[in-house]
Amino acid sequence: MNFLGRNRKSANSAKERLKLVLIHDRTDLPPGMMEDLRDELIEVISRHINVDRDRVRIQVNQDGREQQLVAEIPLKAATRSRSR
Amino acid sequence: MTGRKKSSNNSSEAAGNGKVITITSGKGGVGKTTATANLGAALAAEGYKVCCIDGDIGLRNLDVVLGLENRIVYDVVDVIEGRCKLRQAMIRDKRLPELYLIPAAQTRDKSAISPSDMVRLADELRGEVDYIVIDSPAGIERGFRNAIAPADEIVIITNPEVSAVRDADRIIGLIEAEQKGPAKLVINRLNAKMVQRGDMLAPEDVLELLAIELIGLVPEDEHVIVSSNSGSPIVLNEKSRAGQAFRNIAKRLAGQTVPFMDMAADDGLLNRLGKFMGRGG
Ligand SMILES: Nc1ncnc2c1ncn2[C@@H]1O[C@H](COP(=O)(O)OP(=O)(O)OP(=O)(O)O)[C@@H](O)[C@H]1O
Ligand SMILES: [Mg+2]
Repeated sequence: MNFLGRNRKSANSAKERLKLVLIHDRTDLPPGMMEDLRDELIEVISRHINVDRDRVRIQVNQDGREQQLVAEIPLKAATRSRSR
Repeated sequence: MTGRKKSSNNSSEAAGNGKVITITSGKGGVGKTTATANLGAALAAEGYKVCCIDGDIGLRNLDVVLGLENRIVYDVVDVIEGRCKLRQAMIRDKRLPELYLIPAAQTRDKSAISPSDMVRLADELRGEVDYIVIDSPAGIERGFRNAIAPADEIVIITNPEVSAVRDADRIIGLIEAEQKGPAKLVINRLNAKMVQRGDMLAPEDVLELLAIELIGLVPEDEHVIVSSNSGSPIVLNEKSRAGQAFRNIAKRLAGQTVPFMDMAADDGLLNRLGKFMGRGG
């Protein structure tokens, strides 16, 4: 929403920074822990399927006052069908 | 006219109909005492019988903002420790029909009172007045716990600024955890010009971040300081924009539907904002 139109300057960065800070405050999840979580998640899933590691995204989204952990985990095509 | 009590987990129904509204913020200096004094005065001007309680034990201030500092004999700790009757500690503001103040103790600290003491005090007051407005101290410690313990309704004051919004979010979480919510939000010290040029968080930004119901927008206004200099609430000043904003909030607290005011009457640009906010009631 941008009811006032115009170029939003420092207020914009205030809002973006607050978004992240509030997510971490609310979930008690320090920003650095997301990396660990991502790596462990990849490790577990890789045991069963072939994950495209470089394209894995995990983030916490805000929905009202609720937080959601959203993981996007692209899979690699089975090597058999692709090779040759 | 009487205050209508929504619901309360803490008060026995026999305690009377008075409704407890607690004003809190997390961060210090955002306008809690200003809001308490002015909402109390505005509700009294509407014809309700109101008692304000200064919950900031050790840092008494509501007395000077209301201009009642010279009339203090007893304080809230005296009532709780039984050194005086409730009535004796209620200082009457003579400018309004029925506005009272129970001042904080200045030479004690917050541990002199417990949350259950506050619940008992509030229950006794419910039988005496329509509204009890409690000024919470900053922080999330004992004084804050005391202030929210008897609340039927909690109003969070914030400023459009990163640390105040962050602290408000913490407080909202704590209030939810105590099942005292949902709290309502007042954004104080809005500077329309700064919002317009993109250098201040707009009300809709703050609302999107905090995701709670808005109950008031108060502009930055020199009258606030002028009126605290003389100890007379700004809501008594018909010309003050902040006074108008606090009168509107008081009406909403009393259950009336009042449109949000145009935050930039001077330059008209925030008109649309006013309309957007109007949907909130
Ligand atoms: N809308 C406003 N416009 C201009 N000045 C304001 C406004 N609201 C508050 N102030 C000023 O800000 C200062 C802090 O206000 P106040 O004492 O009400 O805050 P507080 O939240 O009670 O602080 P504390 O946490 O220390 O108890 C005061 O000098 C007051 O006059
Ligand atoms: Mg104060």
